[in-house]
Amino acid sequence: MPPHAIVTTGLEKRYPRGGTYAVRGVDLAVDPGEVYGFLGPNGAGKSTMVRLLVTLLRPSAGTAFVAGHDVVKNPAAVRANIGVALQDAAIDPLMTGRELLRLQSVLHGIPRKAVAPRSDLLLERVGLTEAGDKRVGEYSGGMRRRLDLAMALIHEPSVLFLDEPTTGLDPSSRLLLWSEVRRLRDQGTTVFLTTQYLEEADQLADRVGIIAGGELVAEDTPAALKAQVGRPHVHIGLCDPADLPMALEVSASVGSPRPGVTPSCLDVSVDHGSRELAALVRVLDDAGIVVESMAVVSPTLDDVFLQKTGEHLAEEAAA
Amino acid sequence: MIAPSLALGQRALRLTFRRPQFLIPLFLMPSIFLAVNTGGLASTTRLPGFPETSGFLDFQLPAAMVQSLMLSGLQAGIAVALEIESGFFDRLITAPVARLSIVAGRLIAAAVLAVVQVAFFLVVGLVFGAQVAAGVGGAVLVLVLGSLAAVAFAAIGMAIAFRARQASVVQGMFPFVFAILYLSSAFFPRELLGSPADSISAWNPLSYMADGLRTPIAFGLEWTPILEGFAVTGAVIVVASLLAVAGLRWRLSDAV
Repeated sequence: MPPHAIVTTGLEKRYPRGGTYAVRGVDLAVDPGEVYGFLGPNGAGKSTMVRLLVTLLRPSAGTAFVAGHDVVKNPAAVRANIGVALQDAAIDPLMTGRELLRLQSVLHGIPRKAVAPRSDLLLERVGLTEAGDKRVGEYSGGMRRRLDLAMALIHEPSVLFLDEPTTGLDPSSRLLLWSEVRRLRDQGTTVFLTTQYLEEADQLADRVGIIAGGELVAEDTPAALKAQVGRPHVHIGLCDPADLPMALEVSASVGSPRPGVTPSCLDVSVDHGSRELAALVRVLDDAGIVVESMAVVSPTLDDVFLQKTGEHLAEEAAA
Repeated sequence: MIAPSLALGQRALRLTFRRPQFLIPLFLMPSIFLAVNTGGLASTTRLPGFPETSGFLDFQLPAAMVQSLMLSGLQAGIAVALEIESGFFDRLITAPVARLSIVAGRLIAAAVLAVVQVAFFLVVGLVFGAQVAAGVGGAVLVLVLGSLAAVAFAAIGMAIAFRARQASVVQGMFPFVFAILYLSSAFFPRELLGSPADSISAWNPLSYMADGLRTPIAFGLEWTPILEGFAVTGAVIVVASLLAVAGLRWRLSDAV
């Protein structure tokens, strides 16, 4: 049995019509208890990847193991060990949250005696205790997502798949879901999370895989990915543009300065960011230069995405 | 497989009773047809060749039942198509349950709902002067055969839904319900239908289902049409269920 919670080797999904690849040659390994963020724009292949891993799609090539089981050879064992919350929270609006949890319990073979306490616990955890007996049609989008998460967790799966769990959610619902994902990680649950939100991947994921055009183009911890793009820099705004040549000269003792986009500013590449701030203030002050503003700018996952794909993910997500 | 099938059947029933737009037509539309037919066509019982019966309402009650059960089958198909469209179907097939329980649950719901439907029309009939010639035992036979017919119709609805995947396509089958009904002996005795309807109705399984339901109500315990009704209904259940399972397999052909 592979030691990883999820392992894929050369995983592909090719649609016969048109012969296009939705997922192409993806190799990845997710450790138990890890939150793995799958980041990419719409149509990149994130949902197809999830559908392959949760047995909803048959791979065209390659292998995939989830919770130690081959998704093609032993799909039933895979299904018994995973929790799934797909992109559209497909929940009957005419049923109550508690009724849906009960149904999900039966589908997962949970003993009858355990159903009610487990449902109560999960409803409490996702903040739906009060709304548990209301029909889902009365729920907000955030409440539906949280119920979807509770349903995915009813059988305490070892691997949880969340396909864009916070798309379209208000900030408070998003934070609630994030805290639940963190809590699950702390309990040892492996979480495979797809998202098109940079901040979500940055905040939640232990490691991030960037997918574009069906291919995994980069994979590492968010910090390591950002470090691949470049060092942080300090953006300095000057009161007097005439001070720019002197500012460039003196700041060279701290980092690597270059003129900014306006005549009264400069950017200084540094090794760490905030650690060099004090030294920069000191050398500029010693030179009699009046500073209007200073800010540490760190590379973002969008910079990583730009470097790997030539496109901005932030614009895609906003669109 | 039993517990998930029962749970899915319970869910299907619950949703049907919470959707008035699904539930009301099952009772209202056949009731309107029943009222119009018995009000306007009662004198047809005097036509030469019309079987001897205590009243036209007795003769028409099974037609209302069959109509209601066919609509229920169509709605079962629409409900399945809606589950596919909404993504609930994906939720079901990522759960560790036998996939046959998806079909079985819907068929259980159809059978239970049919008891309510058939009982409703029996009560309506009795209130307006109909009699069940075969007595209480005959009413039980009608309930059982009605439930089995509902299972057959629901299986047909599901077979269509798995192929169509869209509720609107399943809904488009609505006119065929009436075409099949009118080309059977549900509304009129086969002997009184003109050509080619008489020939078609002889091959139409619905004729045997309707006659099987009609006999205990209108004529008493005449076993030949009753047993033919059960046999044909059983055969339709087998064929339609195989088609539904084949449709499910086809629907899941891209899944693992």
